[in-house]
Amino acid sequence: MTDNILSQTPETESAAPVIHVSPSPHLADQALTTQRIMLDVVIGLVPVIAMALYMFRLYAVKQLAICVISCLAAEALFARMRGRAVPLKDCSALVTGIILALSLPGPAPWYVGVIASFVAIGIGKAIFGGIGMNIFNPAMVGRAFVMIAFASALAASGYQDVNSSIDAVTQATPLDTFKQTGVVTPLAALFLGLTNGSLGETSALACLIGGIYLCIRRSASWEIPAGVIGAAAVLGGIANLVDMDSGWTVLHHLCGGSLLFGAFFIATDPCSSPLTPKGKFIFGLGVGGFIMLLRLFSGYPAGVMFAVLLMNCLTPLINRWTIPRPLGASTS
Amino acid sequence: MADQPTATERFIQGILPENPVLRQLLGLCPALAVTANMKSALTMTGAVLFVLFCANVITSLIRNLLKPHLRIVVFTLTIATFVTIADRFLAAYLYQMSKTLGPYIPLIIVNCIIICRCEVCASKQSVFVAGADAIGQSIGFGLAISAIAAVREILGTGNFFDIPVLPAAWPDWVVMVLPPGAFLTFGLLIGLVNWYETVRAQRPVREVLEPAQSEGA
Repeated sequence: MTDNILSQTPETESAAPVIHVSPSPHLADQALTTQRIMLDVVIGLVPVIAMALYMFRLYAVKQLAICVISCLAAEALFARMRGRAVPLKDCSALVTGIILALSLPGPAPWYVGVIASFVAIGIGKAIFGGIGMNIFNPAMVGRAFVMIAFASALAASGYQDVNSSIDAVTQATPLDTFKQTGVVTPLAALFLGLTNGSLGETSALACLIGGIYLCIRRSASWEIPAGVIGAAAVLGGIANLVDMDSGWTVLHHLCGGSLLFGAFFIATDPCSSPLTPKGKFIFGLGVGGFIMLLRLFSGYPAGVMFAVLLMNCLTPLINRWTIPRPLGASTS
Repeated sequence: MADQPTATERFIQGILPENPVLRQLLGLCPALAVTANMKSALTMTGAVLFVLFCANVITSLIRNLLKPHLRIVVFTLTIATFVTIADRFLAAYLYQMSKTLGPYIPLIIVNCIIICRCEVCASKQSVFVAGADAIGQSIGFGLAISAIAAVREILGTGNFFDIPVLPAAWPDWVVMVLPPGAFLTFGLLIGLVNWYETVRAQRPVREVLEPAQSEGA
């Protein structure tokens, strides 16, 4: 409160001695900064980036460079427009850029990444008041915008470039192949990531390594990926029981598409996910449920982006449901 | 009634200072729904101008006969009459445009701009003032929805009035001609107007006072 009053009347109050009155804990962990969390996410993303670079080579380099530079530029521009200090040091724009690049198809034209970055930072974040205020995951807002704007570049066909010198890019994505022809991609290829897809989503192994690192460091809450994977496994199991002959098992569901990438790196964005552990678990279940619904019943091959955005809308409601009751408080 | 605005003031107020869409946030349904291209936006403006002008004039002529508890019904019936004329006229002479605009022409009946002008201006002031008010408000409405339509049509299709203005290599931002594009453009435009007002309010007092006095606001 003192800070609030001070900032409103700086001329009259600045001379007086300041007494900060705040509730416990009085010894906050100074190491837990936005910058540290964001750097952790970058470290967690390293295996995914490495896999993307190995699989997609120049495509990955191009998209990463475009998205990261555009996101940093957008962050600087919008911070300046709002008259704030340029907050590039907290690395949040860097993370948005990397996640955005990894969620795009390699052959997408350059303007897709640029426009997605500016929409992500501008409409996804700056308009709501900057980092910590955004109600939607910025990277997914940017991706949703370009997905609708340039449908051909981001639809299943946008992932394929038949003339490419890189083998993976000449194939259709595994989920699309399955939807169109019913051919099942081998599980090992899905797990290692030797398939076509968005740059960061192909390798389940890389996502697991990076994701588990994040959960151990507690930069991401384990409840969210646990919820996503749990819900997806249950619904995928039911789908497999209903249609035993398809050969697309629960493990195919979990390793295919961007489910693991979304579960560990996108859904765990601390600003747009619920606050309490219970709320986070409900949020994860919702994301996983929506992913499977979209995957099984919609025209889209996969729906991690829409699932995360939908659950972002429900975050305030989940927060209200899961307000913890202090010890000894009345039940009503 | 001495402090009622004059015809000139009503006219000018409608265009920017009290722009129906951007300042009063009225008539948002057409502002979002028919602004995918300039032609439909301008047709809509024409229809609104016709309906608003006629409704304002008739309301002003019968303003001494209005009973307070029945005035809204009378307004609505007056507006509905002219909306039906406009709707049939479009269907007869601009059939394709009438199909494109679909239900949004009949929906002018419940457009808040028109009821608002009948209530605020026409039911209290003379025919001349009411007519000037209708034209000013319609121009304001037209400017606002043309601004939205221009952004959406140029970004969404690379055309302006169906004439290509951007190079053929321009990737169409399909999202801009879809409903999300309308909401985004409209929100950003309102933000821009509010920002402009804030900046204007922060200028030194002397600069602000003079235009304010000349406008008589």
